[in-house]
Amino acid sequence: MKITVFIYLISLGIFSSILFQNKTKKESIKAGSEIYQDFCLQCHLSTGIGVSGVFPPLKASDYLLKNTNLSIAGIKYGLKGKIIVNNEEYDGIMVRQGLDDEEVADVMNYILNEWGNKTAAFITPDQVSKISKSILE
Amino acid sequence: MNYFLNFTCCVFFITLGCAQENSPAIETPLAIKYSFELVVDGIDIPWGMDFINESDLLVTELSGTLYRVSNGIKKVVSGLPEVYLRGQGGLLDVAIHPEFKNNNLIYLTLASSLGDNPGGNTALYQATLVGNNLEKISLLYKASPNTKKGQHFGSRIAFDEKGHIYFSVGDRGNRDQNPQDISRDGGKVYRLNLDGSIPEDNPFFSSPKAKQAVFSYGHRNPQGMTVHPDTGAIWINEHGPQGGDEINKLESGKNFGWPLITYGINYSGTPITDKTSNPKMEQPFYYWVPSIAPSGMAFSTSDVYKDWKNNLFVGSLKFEYLERLVIEGNKVVKREKILDKIGRIRNVKQGPDGYLYLGVEGKGIIKILPL
Repeated sequence: MKITVFIYLISLGIFSSILFQNKTKKESIKAGSEIYQDFCLQCHLSTGIGVSGVFPPLKASDYLLKNTNLSIAGIKYGLKGKIIVNNEEYDGIMVRQGLDDEEVADVMNYILNEWGNKTAAFITPDQVSKISKSILE
Repeated sequence: MNYFLNFTCCVFFITLGCAQENSPAIETPLAIKYSFELVVDGIDIPWGMDFINESDLLVTELSGTLYRVSNGIKKVVSGLPEVYLRGQGGLLDVAIHPEFKNNNLIYLTLASSLGDNPGGNTALYQATLVGNNLEKISLLYKASPNTKKGQHFGSRIAFDEKGHIYFSVGDRGNRDQNPQDISRDGGKVYRLNLDGSIPEDNPFFSSPKAKQAVFSYGHRNPQGMTVHPDTGAIWINEHGPQGGDEINKLESGKNFGWPLITYGINYSGTPITDKTSNPKMEQPFYYWVPSIAPSGMAFSTSDVYKDWKNNLFVGSLKFEYLERLVIEGNKVVKREKILDKIGRIRNVKQGPDGYLYLGVEGKGIIKILPL
């Protein structure tokens, strides 16, 4: 009896980890593409090239590709003030979009691997949850 | 081969069609006859504003703060209802009741998560302003269902002279279901009595299933609304898709066509429809190709500025200037850039002193001064 309960609990654990956790990178990118259409595209455009001097590019963006944690924080908390992207200065405001940690992870995985961008790392909701606002200051 | 040639021609002409600016072309004035001053600073996204009197105004900040500004000094107003922050949603417009002097009432539109479904939708509130505090808050309208989509909450507020309040709700990112269906919220302009009740002469008041508060429909995302100084008609501007932003003169019960007719295309470059007109739908008073991302709108009716009387002023989020539109008869005959590169203009209002005031992102509220 004890063994049956034990096996039941273990299987439950395995099932729920499959069902509720751990999207594959491919699944996360797909979900991120939908978030992008909804929240990001109007400024950064479907090509990811943005508008020079107004909305920074995501495609081949040194800021994005070299500062993963800052980029996560920017999406999570909003971003304001001067940043340099590909040698061009941007001084605008990106408002906090109200995305949850999983949505931030998904859209990060999408923009890190779209338009020719390539990133080996896989951003997880857990990683997003640990990024604090203070790194933007 | 023939097919290929036809296709190439097609692509060529479509590209040509898209690239063409709708007339009249935007002009840059030769001589600048104005300057500006910053009257309220330190507001990131000054979404809405309205004047209590010449020295006092209310300003909303999208992220959920309402300010009362007295002689240039801003103080936070407390007692706000809960604001749902998601995408373009947040604390939106604010308007002073036409009889504010006697009743201290104000109206607010904001994104709200009230209701059953996850997500949010646009709500209209009324409250009493006592000093820097809101009291007796009442919900007058809440669009439903909630959705986690980030787009198109609207929302602007205006009043006519017959005791009505108008407000807009965008299509909430569901263009295929909302704007053309009068039994659903979204993609509509609504009309209520000032106490929040629904006027019996609203166009769909007696239609079964219809949302009785609907005044006009077939809208995408109206974020400018004002009253024509002579006719008293409600004018709006609305964000189109890529190309096809519009100015519309509202009439009771009219369908403005979104998404069945439009001068715009999808952001991805693919067409939405090949139709720009339909006998049962209204044509825009004016449409912008390319899009300027219009937000805020006001007529100048004072004598403060030389040559600007009765011109229409619209903020451009995208090109970061104020657009002056000269209207003759029923036509826009001239368009001009004012304050080019000032920043993303969210809102345009004429103050009780007759000056034009702008809400500019990252700056605050600026006042345009004649030279």
